[in-house]
Amino acid sequence: MSAAVNPPAVFTQDELGWVSWIEPLPEAELTERHFAGLVDRARAKSEYFRLLVRDPEVLEARTKTDKDIFYNVADGLPRAERELAAAATSRYNGCIYCASVHARFASTYSKRRDDVQKLLDEGVNADLGERWNAVVKASVALASTPVAFGPENIAELRRAGLDDAEIVDVINGASFFNWANRLMLSLGEPSK
Amino acid sequence: MASTDIIDMLVGIEPGSALDAIRARRLQARENAQKSYLSLFEPIDAGEFSLLERAAVAAFVTGLHGESPVASFYRDKLAASAGGVAVLEAIDAEIARGKTSGPYGSFPAGPLSIENTAGLIYHVNAASKSALGARLVAALEHAHLLVFRPRDAASGDMKVLLAAGWSDTGIVTFSQLVAFLSFQVRVVSGLRTLAAANA
Repeated sequence: MSAAVNPPAVFTQDELGWVSWIEPLPEAELTERHFAGLVDRARAKSEYFRLLVRDPEVLEARTKTDKDIFYNVADGLPRAERELAAAATSRYNGCIYCASVHARFASTYSKRRDDVQKLLDEGVNADLGERWNAVVKASVALASTPVAFGPENIAELRRAGLDDAEIVDVINGASFFNWANRLMLSLGEPSK
Repeated sequence: MASTDIIDMLVGIEPGSALDAIRARRLQARENAQKSYLSLFEPIDAGEFSLLERAAVAAFVTGLHGESPVASFYRDKLAASAGGVAVLEAIDAEIARGKTSGPYGSFPAGPLSIENTAGLIYHVNAASKSALGARLVAALEHAHLLVFRPRDAASGDMKVLLAAGWSDTGIVTFSQLVAFLSFQVRVVSGLRTLAAANA
């Protein structure tokens, strides 16, 4: 808990830090059970992961779910559009930190940095072309409570060229960020 | 897998179906969504967050999302938990009082302030407090914030939970449980919608 927190007031693709509001485990106290929970040992350097590793079994399962949904690109939706679903969900829920990370990934993999920035600047109603609009709209419908995702979202994704396996990647990616956003938003805050 | 896959069960995915084959392409995600469920509801150590509290929070959170097979599943789970019947009525009453539409809440002061959206700031009804106890009262109020207005979360909310008897580790697991259910409700809803579109 640093005294020098400088929270961002707008959505950005810049790299941000994250500061915990409760005590992460000290690096020196991590055991093999904790390292198994972290999955990547390097994550011991991250305040966020050293906080979540207080429950190592849940963190391990969360991390492996996350990695497969986003990094397994042997088939299905291109990585760029999975990241778009994550960024749109984060924009809609209001997670500036998550949006920054996944907007950067969306830009990197799509080479459409300006369109990604438009999503951040204008919000989820920004016009990004038929295919991206369909992914953003589906993500927003999924993030709403009660969930508003319906047959019209499926029809729209299909018209934009997505097959059922790709639609499942949208569902998984957007749904996962309803998990991630709530942790990032409620256990600490971003800092520039 | 030894245990029933909860997402498959709640969606109604039959072995050998088209959705079964699609889910099999993300096997690690499928298995670890299940492991997430198991580590939250059948934990190695429930010392910081009891099984009854987990079931009560789960019934509340999924109930706030509206009637669904997921909400029924967790309501039944609470009813079957030791001590669950004693809090079931209060949880049902609080779901009815807490239901609204999200996400809403405030952004950091600045250009985003025009997007601020007002909505229900939920507090547990006085009539439910004795059945729930101080820890669950604080947990339900925070869970409602996480479900509907996560962008309103502030450091002071952690202090409220700590003052109600939650430990740092208990807060982490509790937050994971609410956040995981936010994921699970949506995956189930999305896959059910896709299955219905193909029926």
